[in-house]
Order: sequence, then C-alpha cells, then structure tokens
Amino acid sequence: MTDNTPHSVPGTGSPITEADLHAWVDQQLSLPRRAEVDAYLAAHPDARLRVEQWKQQNRLLREWLAPVMSEPVPIRMPLQAERRAIPWRGLAAGVAIAVASASIAWMARGQVDTRSAKAVFTAQADTMPLFARQAAVAHAVYSPDARRPVEIGGDQEQALVTWLTKRLGAEVKAPGLHALGYELVGGRLLPGDSGPVAQFMYGAADGQRLTLYITRQGAGPEASFRYGQEGKVNQFYWVDKNFGYAVSGEVDRNELMRVSQEVYRQLDN
Amino acid sequence: MRAQDEANIVACIPSLRRYARGLTANRERADDLVQDTLERAWSRFSLWQKRGELRAWIFGIMHNQFVDQLRAQRSRPEDSAGDDLPEQSARATQADRLEVRDLDRLLQRLPPDQREVLLLVSVEELSYQEVAISLGVPIGTVMSRLSRARERLSAVMEDREVAGRLQRVK
Repeated sequence: MTDNTPHSVPGTGSPITEADLHAWVDQQLSLPRRAEVDAYLAAHPDARLRVEQWKQQNRLLREWLAPVMSEPVPIRMPLQAERRAIPWRGLAAGVAIAVASASIAWMARGQVDTRSAKAVFTAQADTMPLFARQAAVAHAVYSPDARRPVEIGGDQEQALVTWLTKRLGAEVKAPGLHALGYELVGGRLLPGDSGPVAQFMYGAADGQRLTLYITRQGAGPEASFRYGQEGKVNQFYWVDKNFGYAVSGEVDRNELMRVSQEVYRQLDN
Repeated sequence: MRAQDEANIVACIPSLRRYARGLTANRERADDLVQDTLERAWSRFSLWQKRGELRAWIFGIMHNQFVDQLRAQRSRPEDSAGDDLPEQSARATQADRLEVRDLDRLLQRLPPDQREVLLLVSVEELSYQEVAISLGVPIGTVMSRLSRARERLSAVMEDREVAGRLQRVK
C-alpha cells in the first residue's frame, strides 16, 4: 500500500487532510503518517469525534453483515468454469493410473516436497489399496507445506464443503474434530484414479497435522478399518458406501485410531 | 484453470454474498447478483490472467452487474413497488440491538455509488486503490464518495435516534 499511496492521501510532513482521517479509520496509513494523525487527533477533539463516529459505523456495518459469512452457500452458485478444461478428466480417461503419475500431476501443479514424496514411495506396502497409498502421498506432500497447505481455509468451511461436494458429485462433509483437539485447517481438491478427490487437513495446537482423504470408489466390497504405515506416516483407511476414506498423520497408532473412529462415527450418520 | 485459481474464486463467495447483501439488503436479489457475478467470472477468468488482485477484479465484476441490475429496475418501476423493504416493526421494539437491526434500511437511503464505496472499504476492507480499480473511477472519486457516504450515514442515524426518542416519549 505504501508503494502506491493515493495522491488524495498526502505523505508525511504535509498538513492533515480529511482523506488522512478516513485513511486513519480504515487503517490505510503508513506508520509515520499514522503517528502524525494520532497527534493531530489528540489536539482536535472535533476531528476525534468524527473519526470515532466513522469507526463506529464500520463496526456496526461489519457486525450487521457478519452472519452472511457463515451461511451455507446456496446450491445454485456456479462453483467452477464450464466443464471443458478439467485436467483430471484426461487423467481418469487414461489407462492405468499409477501412484507415480498422480504424483507427477501434483508436482506439475507445484508445491511438492519431492523428498517426502519419495520417502513415502520407497516405504510403500503392496497390500494397501491404491487410494490409501495416494492418501499417504498426499499427506506427505501437503501437510508440511507451511505456506499453502490448503486451497480453501477452514474459515470458509461452507464454501469449501459446497465446492468439494459439487466436484466429487456426492455429499462431502468435514467432520468436526474440535473435541479431540484438532481444528480444520482447510481442504483441497486432488486428482485421483477415479476422478477428483477431497483432502481435509486438521491441525492441533502443537502443530501436528492430520489429513482426511475422501475418494469415490467403484462398487466394491466395503472394508472395515485397516491400519497401514508409510514411512513416518501412519494411516487408518476404510471403504464405506462407495467412498474410500483414509486418515493419515505422523502421530502414534492409538491417537490416530481415536481420531479415525470419530471421523467414522460422524461420517456414517 | 488450475484448481488453485478455482479455489481462490470459490473462497471469495462468502465475501461476495456479504457485499451483495449490504448493497441490496435483500437476500434473493443479493444472491442473484452473486450468481451473475460468478457466471461472468468463470467465463472471463482466462482474460484476467493475474493482472492484479483477484478480489478487486471480482468485486469489479459485481459492480458492473449491480449497475445493470439498477438500470433494469429503473426501467421497470412497477416491479420495484412490491419488493420495497418492509417497514419493519423496528420501532416497536426498542431493544439494545436497534443499531444493527435497522442498519439495512438506513444504508439503503444512501445513493448506490456511495453505498458501494462504504461497504467495500469498511466491510470488505479493500484498500482505496483496490476500490478505485473495482469501480473504475479515480481514487479522488473514491475518497469523496466515502466522505459523503459517512456524512450521510451519520445524518440518517441521528435522525433515527431522534425518532426513537420521540417514540419513547409518547
């Protein structure tokens, strides 16, 4: 903001204008200028009164409109461009999609920590279903990402859930894990072997991250809880009502079990 | 379109709805506005090509849609008669939250261009520069609209307080 300070808001040293007073209220002043306006307001009670009134207006307007932010997004909202350039359509049409190719797709989309991805690959167990292995890779790739672990943050939970629901073509929910000490960080959409996949990320106060991976599965047998380990990533996964679920994290097995059971309980309803 | 771009637009939806609600004070009309804005945003996304802040761009699209909506309303005055904001029984219950409760009505008494600037600045917290880009006007115009909006809102709020006091006296 300091780069292109509008000419209507004068720079340091010049007389205080009404534009300065507005910018003071809206927190759009540079620190030095702000200090100058502070001094001016201390000496001019009438101006002080005006800015307090404006601040009060800001507060009231925000308060009035705040509830809209947490309303569910109406279903009629278009949440994606017209279907034409969706990368995973091509992927899904491909022959056999190995974990490797999916991970290349991730790498192509950037933000990949190749080392952790490799660590997961080398430790892979052959017995795990494909989706569980992909979930472990996705966990290893995104959970250490400090900058952008998710595409949509947990503060936009309604928008996130509506978006993922539309893209997966089935209702997707983000289980609430607050009682277990985990808050929703957010989520992202990933390419999977049978279309888009949802990943929710949760964080604990100590920085520990867990991910929940949800993918549509073709008609197949349901599978109860299974435990798997990929390098440092522990995992519980199961298949229920044509969805595959995997809860991954670098926490011990008991802790992960506790979380997975809660996830299962909430999603089963 | 990359999933990240798509997600960025989706993440704007709650703010777009909030802004539209403030502009129209009518849920249906606000969501019509958001829907039109999103449709346009999706179809034009390739033209945007990151030439600036996504929010300023998308709020700019909403501005154009809003202006179109107003124009359409003016040409069909008979339609707007029925969907005026109900004269709420706000005065009947002089509760503590009076201030927030009939703010929607008070805000609608501001001219649309002032309402836009006030909401973008105070609720959406856009910088003056971003507001100028969104609305396609010079920054000086943003400042003068903001100034008039605040003055006007103070005036109508004061009126209401006077009205409220008279009501209590009765």
